[in-house]
Amino acid sequence: MESSVLRAEPNRPTPGRPIIFNPSICNACNTCVTVCPEDVFIPSPVKGESPIVLYPEECWYCGVCVDDCNRPGAIRLSHPLQQRARWKRKATGEHFRVK
Amino acid sequence: MSGRGTLVWPYPIRYEQEDTYETDVLILGGGIAGVWAAIAARRAGARVTIMEKADTRRSGAGGTGVDHWGYAADNPCSRITPAEMTSALVENHFGYRNGISTYIHASSAYETLLEMEAMGGKVRDTEDEFKGAPFCDDQTKLLFAYDYDNRYCIRVWGANFKPLLRRRCKRLGVEFLDRTSATALLTDDGAYGARVVGATGINCHTGAFVVVRAKAVILATNRPQRIFTFSSEHRGTAAHRGGSNVGNGYAMAWRIGAEFTLMEKTIRSPYASPYSYPSYGTGNAINTWYPSTIVDARNKEVPWVDCNGRVLSTVDERCRPAAGQKFFLMGGGNSSQPHPGLKQYAGPKLITDLEPRMMKGEFTPPFYADLTGMPWYERKAIWGLMVGQEGKTRVPILQTYEASGFDPAKDMLQTYDFLRGQGMREFVAPQERTFGEMGVAGGLLTDWDLMSNIPGLFGAGDLLFASQDHVNAATTGRYAGARAALYARGTDHGKLDSGQIGREKKRVLAPLAEASDSIDWKELNNGVARVMQNYCAELKNEELLKLAETWLADIEQNEVRRVSAGNPHQLMRTLDVIDILTCAKMIVQASKARKASSDVLSFSRLDYPENDPPEWHKYVVIRHDDNGGVQVTSRPLGFWGDYEKNYGPRHAENIAAMQGTGATAATHIR
Repeated sequence: MESSVLRAEPNRPTPGRPIIFNPSICNACNTCVTVCPEDVFIPSPVKGESPIVLYPEECWYCGVCVDDCNRPGAIRLSHPLQQRARWKRKATGEHFRVK
Repeated sequence: MSGRGTLVWPYPIRYEQEDTYETDVLILGGGIAGVWAAIAARRAGARVTIMEKADTRRSGAGGTGVDHWGYAADNPCSRITPAEMTSALVENHFGYRNGISTYIHASSAYETLLEMEAMGGKVRDTEDEFKGAPFCDDQTKLLFAYDYDNRYCIRVWGANFKPLLRRRCKRLGVEFLDRTSATALLTDDGAYGARVVGATGINCHTGAFVVVRAKAVILATNRPQRIFTFSSEHRGTAAHRGGSNVGNGYAMAWRIGAEFTLMEKTIRSPYASPYSYPSYGTGNAINTWYPSTIVDARNKEVPWVDCNGRVLSTVDERCRPAAGQKFFLMGGGNSSQPHPGLKQYAGPKLITDLEPRMMKGEFTPPFYADLTGMPWYERKAIWGLMVGQEGKTRVPILQTYEASGFDPAKDMLQTYDFLRGQGMREFVAPQERTFGEMGVAGGLLTDWDLMSNIPGLFGAGDLLFASQDHVNAATTGRYAGARAALYARGTDHGKLDSGQIGREKKRVLAPLAEASDSIDWKELNNGVARVMQNYCAELKNEELLKLAETWLADIEQNEVRRVSAGNPHQLMRTLDVIDILTCAKMIVQASKARKASSDVLSFSRLDYPENDPPEWHKYVVIRHDDNGGVQVTSRPLGFWGDYEKNYGPRHAENIAAMQGTGATAATHIR
């Protein structure tokens, strides 16, 4: 087994992934970078790759990046685990939550 | 995200460089108030420039939508006049609501909405989705909320209003300085308290310093937040106003001697909570979810009552005034908290003794919002129209919940009432208090031109004292835009002072210097919030407030000098927190100046325990003087005088001015 270098990294801010890209749909047009009211993104330095969420802890979950995206499904919001609401199906009593 | 540390800043760095522009009307803040102001000023013939910290397509608290076009007493179906509406709202706030902005709002909301419709906004049920619903007017196809008899609140499809407004600005030739955060107002020849002749800003991507020379400036920035509550890691799904809304306009105007009032009003509220659930994303019966049915864990309905305490037996009755009541202002509210305001304007709501009845076993927690058994039109209006168009609901709530399987015809969304909760939002951390996240708040004092005591400095939207909401921002923005354009017609450009500009540039760029003992903007924000929690929150007295003053000054002397930013984005956030600190100081000064407790202002002075004594029924006005002191004056309640006599002639003048066209675009000098 080849030895690898273990990187020493600081903790990431929490929640660390408020916005999730689907790289197979995203065409890296950077519209989300332009419209984000909080300026949490920067364009990827690699041409054709999805933007980078540089400041995830500044996201206020407005959803503009999703709403203004020209490629449906390329971006989704991921709510903080502690802020995922729950509901109950009236007829069966089953409980669900935001995934 | 491994390897993030190796990323290179993607924008060209232009620290120290200066971009200079000249315009007639400069608008600071391109949210709802700002873009409406720009459209009006441009139509009135002025050259117009918007300086916006984010991107005007979606920026501002209202950038993601609006569902209620409220207090539109000028709409053809309303049975309430603008004067009745305004008087009721002012009275319901015990006099502490802005009569000027509220009358502008109530008199021109529909007129403004028609302009929105002309820009492509959907404001009526053109597809007959709600035909036959009791809140639908057959003739106009307008849909109404709350009081179905009096019809002053219109339901709209507002999720795309902001991009449409921006497009209109662009077509009219408004110049945008996007991603540019305003930092200071410039005065004639640099003199303190003199007329405004422009402003400075900093580009949040490049760090370039921006100077704009203008004949008039409209402050359309939002209120300060994060004064009492801040989490360095959670901005919060509940936050109604974005992280960029920090009160830049308050701080800038304070530094040149503008008058502010009602700054002492802060309230205990979970609205600012970084930990709460998404707004409108939990079961409740208020606002966007009005008039939802609430049931307990065993599907037992929680009764609704009217203002007389009469139990209502139908859903329809939740949307009608009570016996003897002409109209109601707003209903719903949290079951555990009575809705503030006067009984004669109180709308139907859930029983207020739900908690003791639950404790005795009559109801079983948890509770749920149950749309399944409601009439189809109410279910469809709440989930799909209101939740879907209201700001921050289309993607974070409607789409995200439906993607997880939520079906309003089958599922009941849980409330967090009594589970350390309070309906839509819940307290989960101590000292959750807010200045500007909820309700009307303190702000810029203006006359009927929406001009402050500083000549040429106008205000619009949430920054106006005791004003609030999307429609208030739209209508006052539109009005201020026309007034500022008219003012600019009669004036020349003043004299910029290079000393004033140079000092501001030095202040703005100072955090870029590296220090071995530096701190970042988040720690600074937390430090300010802690001082405010301890010394200017639930309990106040002279000693506590003096300590607040001392410790804020201490932070300013020490930590502000050590705060450091590594790139233009962090520099923008750092300058934001310095403005938050300035706003905190304003709140402390106003709290010192009101030497009486006040229930209606949620203001408790241990050393002046009498509540709302008659001699303190007034607006306390504060102003920073050029010696570093604070001048305190006051205005009587209702100081704005007769509504129509003041509004009527100005409104006619505005309309006439906006029918003119012309003027060239603003110019970039170099």
